[in-house]
Amino acid sequence: MNRLESAFANKPIFMPYFPLGYPDLKTSVDVIEALAKNGADLIEVGLSFSDPLADGPVIQHATQIALEKGITVKKSLEAVKELRKRGVTVPLILMGYYNPMLAYGLEKFIHDACEAGADGFIIPDLPLEEAEEFQSINGDMPLIQMLAPTSPDERMESIARNAKGFIYLVSVTGVTGERREISNDLGDLIARVRAHTSAPVCVGFGIGTPEQAKQVGQLADGVIVGSACVKVIGGSKTPVETAKQFAAEFRSAIG
Amino acid sequence: MTTLLPHKFGPYGGQFVPETLMPALIELEREFVSARNDTAFNQEFDRLMASFVGRPTPLTYAKRLSEKLGGAQIYLKREDLAHTGAHKINNALGQALLVKRMGKKRIVAETGAGQHGVASATAAALLGLECVVYMGSVDITRQEPNVFRMKLLGAEVRPVESGTKTLKDAINEAIRDWVTNVRDTHYLLGSALGPHPYPTIVREFQSVIGREAREQMLMDAGRLPDTVIACVGGGSNAIGVFSGFVNDDAVELIGVEAGGSGIASGKHAARFGDATKARVGVIHGTRTYVLQDEDGQIAETHSVSAGLDYAAVGPEHAMLRDNERAFYTSATDEEALNAFQTLCHTEGIIPALESSHAVAEVIKKAPTMRKDQVILVNLSGRGDKDLNTVIKEMGNG
Repeated sequence: MNRLESAFANKPIFMPYFPLGYPDLKTSVDVIEALAKNGADLIEVGLSFSDPLADGPVIQHATQIALEKGITVKKSLEAVKELRKRGVTVPLILMGYYNPMLAYGLEKFIHDACEAGADGFIIPDLPLEEAEEFQSINGDMPLIQMLAPTSPDERMESIARNAKGFIYLVSVTGVTGERREISNDLGDLIARVRAHTSAPVCVGFGIGTPEQAKQVGQLADGVIVGSACVKVIGGSKTPVETAKQFAAEFRSAIG
Repeated sequence: MTTLLPHKFGPYGGQFVPETLMPALIELEREFVSARNDTAFNQEFDRLMASFVGRPTPLTYAKRLSEKLGGAQIYLKREDLAHTGAHKINNALGQALLVKRMGKKRIVAETGAGQHGVASATAAALLGLECVVYMGSVDITRQEPNVFRMKLLGAEVRPVESGTKTLKDAINEAIRDWVTNVRDTHYLLGSALGPHPYPTIVREFQSVIGREAREQMLMDAGRLPDTVIACVGGGSNAIGVFSGFVNDDAVELIGVEAGGSGIASGKHAARFGDATKARVGVIHGTRTYVLQDEDGQIAETHSVSAGLDYAAVGPEHAMLRDNERAFYTSATDEEALNAFQTLCHTEGIIPALESSHAVAEVIKKAPTMRKDQVILVNLSGRGDKDLNTVIKEMGNG
């Protein structure tokens, strides 16, 4: 079993998102280490992009600060390597937009990411239709496929059929960011996805509180918490301490 | 999954969008294909183009400008005389008719210079749709008259404060709104860019410019032009006029990008003109030439004209450039401002600053041509909206 498969041995899993370079590179590495060692089962490590069109205000703001402080793809990959050196063993999935990867060089990007110790990719602006170029270069690293409430059944089927790692189910139409409540239709949506795949189904977008995480954890195989994690930790004077508490609190709520 | 229409232009174009939007793009393509084959839809479009937009727009022989430059004879395709003052209305009305057909009630649009925002607000008012326009706060300041127009027409103008606060950020926000409200909202994209099928849809609705211009050239000048010149931001007016001549191999097609303060200054929006900053990349759902830094972050651009101030170019232009069917050059802010004044003085026409870039190329090119040669320039919009900018720039100069 690889790192990613092992992570799903005990479901549901807790999967926070945090961008490298925010509020600065060193703190972000410390924060991700703290999340990993205090309850996170898998971490979505954010790569910053100037035009994050799938993201809401919190992640836009954080990634813009990261860019202003000088984060690059290269520095991000070095940070992943550093996390492994520090004994972080949970899977690290790189979440970023396509253009910086193209600029870095796809082949080199995939190679360097693999070597740094990443376990897969999430690329929100690379739907199934455009994934071929990336996949023709990519070896075994999972390119996590996203599904949305708007995906019709036949699309779900073709996307889920070849899913590797897990399915990233977007719980609401919209951008990343907290929502007041979890949609009543989430159970039905997850059931629709499960009809097409045996891969774990992780739910993200709009989950902001431990209560919501618990609720989603009862339905899904994994709970993804992005904006809330960035906001709480980024807004703290002691981000590393806050990260520890945040991870522990969500982990215990999910059960 | 295959598309009904070609979704790429050579290696450019495509659909680089979040999964949430893919079903909407597939629906839009299906609806567009069915509308295009529907006589009633086409008749309704043609009727509005004639009775509401005032088409066909005239072709004007620029006698005094031609004499002054002493070379080629110059003809102007007068999109500035279309209702709302620019070519943008052709596409806005076409897409708004598609929106009615799809049964959606709300449109969102981005705008740079405000011309597409005004056109969208107009189409929404005419067809009874709710309209929200996203506009960078920098552009709101420099195109104030158009902001007021949009509001008068019943649209809500939402200022965008993220990123560079210009067109690219307005597109980001429009896409974010669309992805949130996709079930009842259509994104009325104003240029020949974005994910498939937008570049094709926008070209098709703007191709009316090229069809008319070709016919008018044959009628008025008795021949096709030697050269067709248009400004290129995203590239919708250019692709519209080019489409009428792209199969006429002898007709040279020239697109003019915003040279800003000059290519060497780094402050410009010349995607084809700056080999150090422009590389093929992916932005706003499409693969094309993009001004960006080494790390793939989208570069800040500069132009005196808000409508050309954008870091990427429509994917079909990228293909036309690669296969050398069209050529691309740039005009600086200063050249555009001079051309603006020249056209005012010689022809009694106040052009938009965007269109002034095309006129600037005419001023360079016409004297190098013979008197029996002909240039057609697409005068994509009128300049009333730019008076504040021009007064300020001339005051500085």
